Amino acid sequence: MDAAPGPLHPQVRETLLAALDAGWADPRRLHREARLASGLLNQARAVIAADLGVTPESVTFHLGGGAAGVTAAMDGVAWPRRRTGRRVVASAVEHSSILIPGRYAAAHSGESEDFAEVPVDRLGRVDMAAFAAAVGVPGTAVAALQHANGEVGTIQPVAPALDVCRATGVPLVVDASASVGRVVAPPAYDVLVADAAAVAGPPLGIVVVAPGTAFRRSGPPREAEFGRADAPVWVPLALAAAEAWQQASAARAADAREAFALTERLRAAASAIPDVDVVGDPVDRLPHIVTFSALFADGESLVTELDRRGLALASGSACTASTLEPSHVLTAMGVLTHGNVRATLPWDAIATDRAEGVERLIADLPVVIADVRAHLGAGEL
Amino acid sequence: MNGVEPGRTAEAGEDAELAAELVIDARGTRCPMPVILAARAATTLAAGTVIQVLATDPAAAADLPAWCRMRGHTVIGIEHADGLVGCRVRLGG
Repeated sequence: MDAAPGPLHPQVRETLLAALDAGWADPRRLHREARLASGLLNQARAVIAADLGVTPESVTFHLGGGAAGVTAAMDGVAWPRRRTGRRVVASAVEHSSILIPGRYAAAHSGESEDFAEVPVDRLGRVDMAAFAAAVGVPGTAVAALQHANGEVGTIQPVAPALDVCRATGVPLVVDASASVGRVVAPPAYDVLVADAAAVAGPPLGIVVVAPGTAFRRSGPPREAEFGRADAPVWVPLALAAAEAWQQASAARAADAREAFALTERLRAAASAIPDVDVVGDPVDRLPHIVTFSALFADGESLVTELDRRGLALASGSACTASTLEPSHVLTAMGVLTHGNVRATLPWDAIATDRAEGVERLIADLPVVIADVRAHLGAGEL
Repeated sequence: MNGVEPGRTAEAGEDAELAAELVIDARGTRCPMPVILAARAATTLAAGTVIQVLATDPAAAADLPAWCRMRGHTVIGIEHADGLVGCRVRLGG
């Protein structure tokens, strides 16, 4: 129950293996194998573009997954606007691939206004009035708002954010790495970032630049992916991503309905345990993610004990991370960061026993939480 | 170091009502211990008592207010400087 990332879809694995034989060549060469690889790459691009409802020329692949896509997107949108300014606006719950470079840039320019983090409410949704005010500050080059949060599932108000951005001429980068493929893309954006890992494909960043959006990377001219990517994509990876996308496209609606029902059951069961805070929007959320925090328990003990029982889960608590800092998403929301447990349900096609897994988790959770609390001497609090 | 220290009285110029009657020293403990130590102290104290929790775990800055919200206590003030979190709480009923 920790499909972030999860295993490859079996069909994607097959495609990847076949592509190792058929698509190994550099598509820019002139020999037969290269022409074959080039054709396969175009095909992969067309498949993903069709599902996203865009032209193939607007889609580029980025090695390094969603984070590499985000880096390319922020740079490619900011550079043409360098005469307007260098200020970046982002929600406080964006992926670290936006927040860390933003904070770094502001710290090094000495201008704290160069990076604005817009607060979110208790559900993790961005404060739209504050977002509008931040985008309206002169010198703003680019704004970023995720489609949905990958830790807590809350879907962001992308359409109102885009309206606000359009009113001031600031381009909006929408990071949909955790959502798109699994759910349909937002209907409008200036730049969209997705990740094939979200649909049980390989980690491969996908960037879509909407028509009319000025996009040019800083630094010396690049060749790869219409000049938008740092490195040429490896064709077998693109083919595997396209296969994953095709599988997702067919399964999406039914899978989301079933996953939502399962996560709803899990949310209700976790809420019924004393002093457990179920986090994120209960309705307007990704269908396959549940996060909750148990007061007086530590995340490390919880996930270790659940793992012992054959249940793989993640945690945003500090004690489970390599750093001492808890999840920046939970902190920004003002919710409990300790005792955090996160389930990211895989596709039904990959884990056909996921419903049983959820039922077992529901059955085991009260005992596991009570045991961890007792162990910490917090059983009677 | 992880225990409960006897209370201190209001210092000169400090609002007597906001002064902590008890300091919970949770410095050096990792999450969720600062919250557990505070909650353990709270079970022995009357509603309306003001306590101050000191912690070095960065998660305490988020978790002490979350504990207050979940258990009906009120955060009066929170300072976060030099790796030290100081949180003053008025206990609820």
